[in-house]
Amino acid sequence: MDGKDLRMIKDKLVTQQRMRTQTGRADDGLGPNSDIGARLRALYGAVQDEGVPEQLLDLLEKLDSAEQAQKAKTAARDGE
Amino acid sequence: MSAEPTSFKREMLATLPSLRAFAVSLTGKHDKADDLVQDTVMKAWAKQSSFEMGTNIKAWLFTILRNEFYSQMRKRGREVQDSDGAFTERLSVHPSQYGSMDMQDFKKALAQLPDDQREAVILIGASGFSYEEAAEICDCAIGTMKSRVSRARTRLQDILKISGEADYGPDAVSAQVTTHNHSF
Repeated sequence: MDGKDLRMIKDKLVTQQRMRTQTGRADDGLGPNSDIGARLRALYGAVQDEGVPEQLLDLLEKLDSAEQAQKAKTAARDGE
Repeated sequence: MSAEPTSFKREMLATLPSLRAFAVSLTGKHDKADDLVQDTVMKAWAKQSSFEMGTNIKAWLFTILRNEFYSQMRKRGREVQDSDGAFTERLSVHPSQYGSMDMQDFKKALAQLPDDQREAVILIGASGFSYEEAAEICDCAIGTMKSRVSRARTRLQDILKISGEADYGPDAVSAQVTTHNHSF
């Protein structure tokens, strides 16, 4: 590896560092090369991958249809 | 009919898996986490007029969930939280990228962190929030958030006696980043 290669690598690192700084995530130690970050995401991801329980989906459906029904009722009343 | 409630519902649905993972990290238990998410969904639905479509619904929902969690804790006392803290229950989906002993150690280390540091490192490291968003969710200054994350990371490294950079190399890790992180 000659001096030119080293300089190119250094430039690349500087650019990467700058990009990280711009996104506000410089040096948080939790990025793609961080072991701790990877383990956190593995744990978190395992819960995410379980999917959403049926009862929660039901709740959201009920809230939505109750609201739609309420709206239809209001619209019908206003139409009279 | 009207597109607005439907899209509110759709955006909420898209956030639920991540919201639920955060709830598990706070309560340490799946059943309690699901109750908490349920309460959050009802609160959020009632407050939806105060939410501006097109703004950050994920941060908004996380804020509601976190406030709900701490207000329930204050009412009921510490019993709401599992004594061991985050992710202590056996997960139904095993994070198979790591040996189970390895992950067990990590969970224990995470549980040893103070609550504020644990939630900080999870919001930044796993939920994919910026420092600004995480600070808003936790109602603290950005600098405070940064120092909590930094202390959490140092503490975890000390407990686990590992260095900050991966032993696994970037390939193993980047696959997970794309799979699990940054749900929007």
